[in-house]
Amino acid sequence: MSRLVVAAERPRPRRRGGHAILVAFVLLAVFMVLPFGFVLLNALKTSPDYSAHGPLALPEAISFDNVRTFWDLVDFGDVLWNSILISGSVALAAVVLSVLSAYAIGIGRIKGRLWILVAFLVANLLPQEGLVYPLYYLAKKTDLYDTRLSVIIVFTVVQSAFGTYLLSSVLSAFPREILEAARIDGAGKLRVLWHVVLPVSRPTLAVMLTFFFIWTWNEFLLPLILLVSNSNQTVPVALGVAQGEHIVDVTMQAASGLIGIIPAVVFFLIFQRTLTRGVTVGSVK
Amino acid sequence: MAVTAPEPPGRRRRADRGYPLFLVPAAVLFIAVIAIPFGMNVGISFSRWDGVGPMTWIGLGNYRRLLHDSVFWSSFWHNAELVVAMAVIPTALGLLVAAGLFDFIGKRFGPRTASLLRACIYLPQVMPLAVMGVVWGWILAPRDGVLNTALKDIGLGSLSHDWLGDPHTALYTVMAIMVWIQLGFPVVVFMAGLQRIDPALHEAAAIDGASWMRRFWHLTVPQMRPEFSVVLLMCTIAALKAFAPIYVLTHGGPGVSTDIPSYYSYQSFFEKTQVGYGAAIATVLTVLTLIVTTTFLVVQGRQQDEEG
Repeated sequence: MSRLVVAAERPRPRRRGGHAILVAFVLLAVFMVLPFGFVLLNALKTSPDYSAHGPLALPEAISFDNVRTFWDLVDFGDVLWNSILISGSVALAAVVLSVLSAYAIGIGRIKGRLWILVAFLVANLLPQEGLVYPLYYLAKKTDLYDTRLSVIIVFTVVQSAFGTYLLSSVLSAFPREILEAARIDGAGKLRVLWHVVLPVSRPTLAVMLTFFFIWTWNEFLLPLILLVSNSNQTVPVALGVAQGEHIVDVTMQAASGLIGIIPAVVFFLIFQRTLTRGVTVGSVK
Repeated sequence: MAVTAPEPPGRRRRADRGYPLFLVPAAVLFIAVIAIPFGMNVGISFSRWDGVGPMTWIGLGNYRRLLHDSVFWSSFWHNAELVVAMAVIPTALGLLVAAGLFDFIGKRFGPRTASLLRACIYLPQVMPLAVMGVVWGWILAPRDGVLNTALKDIGLGSLSHDWLGDPHTALYTVMAIMVWIQLGFPVVVFMAGLQRIDPALHEAAAIDGASWMRRFWHLTVPQMRPEFSVVLLMCTIAALKAFAPIYVLTHGGPGVSTDIPSYYSYQSFFEKTQVGYGAAIATVLTVLTLIVTTTFLVVQGRQQDEEG
């Protein structure tokens, strides 16, 4: 009883101080996006403008010179296309592969499925440092070295290892009656997969597709080793390598940062809902 | 219309037999891309090899050398410090930020404000690590970088410093950058987890006069245990693979002050062409990752058992 009275007397006990906390959170958010703001501010300046007014001043005039120079320097059009081609192929192929394996494990409940899942999980978590030299060696032996195909094959396996793990647990909860009914109607396994299982799993597959694309886009070590020629490199590799080699000018370095950030921001805006939903699908399961 | 009879049990079993076929493509690729290369890596680690010439079997020689290699041990400790920066601090800070956003900002200022703030905090997480390295390397450039120039501009020029170039500050600078990069991941996972908690619990505690800090400590933290282990595991593994930021920001330097096993193995493979030694480092790193993963999974399993 007394509790209720107290509650009625102070319906909103923490009114004051609320704005101070809001300000603290806004400051944190500003701190998180500030580096991106600096990049944008300075990538569109000329180098003399930067030397004269420093990094905090607004540009005297918007200039795309640095962006254009850097773009041509690393053939960024090609580099961007490589990243899109590699990440897109990996995302599609890895989803297909995950579906096939997860169908056998989650729906087919084949023998030894627990150990198969452990193997896939380990494959996904394994540090690529432990694979990089043999993969480099094998790629050279099979003439796949410095081809985009080599990177596509490797990451299809790595991503589908995680996809299989995730999708198997989703499919193992698939209602058995539906499968049974389809089978009684005479549908074979491929038909059941295509017409029954796939349509129901579409949301999970969309999340997987998005994540595989972005994870592959962001990869660094294996593409760095497997793709040496500039015309085959991906965005992170081209930018990472350019640091030491070409860039001397501070505004051009800002331009290179901007060029690397923009595609990621575009994905972030397109996939924002899938991403934040997917982080939870992917991790807490 | 054909009358469909219930399947005889014998036929069903035969029907189930086709499933392993669906695993064949993944199994073949898995063996070719993961199992064989990893086996080769372990094999190479028992040899002395420059990558082209003949391979000399030296048994555990590389591992014995590792034990006495001070560079390896210091790289190992640097990695432990990166685990603090990439797993421990972001997880602790992330839970606090997520609870603040969820309990407080979301309720007082609306869920849209909370998700906008969350999006800002998550932004570095969607970026390639190498690009984040480029950005921070540029901000921290010693002579004309943003930070030092800005410090000079506001009259604090005496604080300007070659943050990544001084062996005393390089590792701490990298750690600070990694906290900034990593924070968004725990925040998003914890915010999703918080939606699971029954709001009545918090309301009852608030009515009993429990302060926000007390409710955070006694209600939120225990309820977030499953998310805790997942976040810690993923972030720890990420810290063990922090090759890209080290490559872009410091190349392990100055000297070896920011070297980590991941980068050290790369150097041994491709710069010093001591492939056998690099393979030994990479094998140790892999074993370490597996130990961390197993430990987490065992602890998590035990927790779930306790909770029934």
